[in-house]
Amino acid sequence: MSERSAVLRRSLTIGVATGLYGVSFGALSVAAGLSVGATIALSALMFTGGSQFAFVGVIGAGGGGGAAIATASLLGVRNGLYGMQLAPTLDARGLRRLAAAHLTIDESTAVSVTQTTVAARRLGFWATGGAVFVCWNATTAIGAVVGDRLGDPRHYGLDAMAAAAFVALLWPRLTGGQPRAVAVAAAVVAAACVPSLPAGLPVLVAGLVAVVAGVLGRPGGTDGRRAPDE
Amino acid sequence: MALTAGGPPMSDGVAVIVGALAAFALKLAGYLVPARLLSAPRVVAVLRLLPVALLAALVSVQTLAADGVLTLDARAAGVAAAIAALLLRAPFLVVIAVAAAVAAGLRASGAAT
Repeated sequence: MSERSAVLRRSLTIGVATGLYGVSFGALSVAAGLSVGATIALSALMFTGGSQFAFVGVIGAGGGGGAAIATASLLGVRNGLYGMQLAPTLDARGLRRLAAAHLTIDESTAVSVTQTTVAARRLGFWATGGAVFVCWNATTAIGAVVGDRLGDPRHYGLDAMAAAAFVALLWPRLTGGQPRAVAVAAAVVAAACVPSLPAGLPVLVAGLVAVVAGVLGRPGGTDGRRAPDE
Repeated sequence: MALTAGGPPMSDGVAVIVGALAAFALKLAGYLVPARLLSAPRVVAVLRLLPVALLAALVSVQTLAADGVLTLDARAAGVAAAIAALLLRAPFLVVIAVAAAVAAGLRASGAAT
C-alpha cells in the first residue's frame, strides 16, 4: 500500500471513531441545558472535544459562563502547543493558516507528527482534521436532537456518562508518576472546594496543582514535546 | 444555584461565542508565536500537566458534586465501571456506555439515587 493511501486510511478511521463520540457530546450538551443550536455551534466553532466536554460540564453543574469559558480555554492551551509543532511543517499562510489553526486538535496533530515525510505529515494533518471535523459536527447534531427528546438525563445515566467521558479523556495522559500524582491531587483539591466555592471554580482552583507541580517538581522526563495521545 | 462565578449572568449563546473565539485564538497563537518563547522547562512542565489536573478535577466534580455538596450516588458506581472498562482496554464509546448503563441500572432497580 502506498504511503498516501495508508495515511488517508488512518485519517478516515480516526475521523469516524472520533465522530462516533460526537453523539455523546451532543446528548450531554443538551442534558446540561444548552440548546440544540448552541450545541451544534460549539462543535463547529470551538471544535476541540476536551474543551467542549468541559464547557458543558461546568454549565451543567450550575457554573457560570465565565467559569465554563475559563475551564475550556485552559484545556485548549495544548492546541497552541500543537500549533507550534505543526507550523514549520504545514507552512500555511493567509486563509490556509486560519483553517489549519481551526483544525489543530489532538487527533490531527497525532497523525501528522507520527508520519516520516513532510508530504505525509501535511496530508495526515489535513485529512484527519477534515475527517474529524465533518464526522464530529454531523454526529453532534444527531446526539443533540436525540438527547433533546430523551427527557430526564439521569434516568439514562447521562450524568455518569459525563464523568466517565472525563475519565476516558484523562486516562491516556496518566503516563508516569508525576501526572498520576497531579491527577489525584487535583481531584482531591476540586472535591474539597466543592462545599465552599460556587460551581465551576473548584475545577479552576485544581488547575493550580499543575502550576505548583510544574514549577516545583523535577521535570518528568524529556517528553515535553511528545506527540499527543489519541 | 444562587451563586454564579464572577460577574453578571451570561447567556449561553454569548458564552459559546466567547469560548469559541478563545479556543481559536489559542490555536492560532501556536502558529504565530515562535516556539522558543515557551521552551523553558518549567513552562513546558506546567503546560503538559494542566490538562491532567483539569480533567482529573472535572472527573471529581462530575462524580461527587451535587448542588454544592459532596455525595456518593449512582454516578460513582458508573465511574468505577468506566475505570474497569479502561483497564480492560475498552474503546471510548464502550467506556462511557458502561458508565451510563451501570448508573441507569442502579437507579432503575432502586439500589442507588
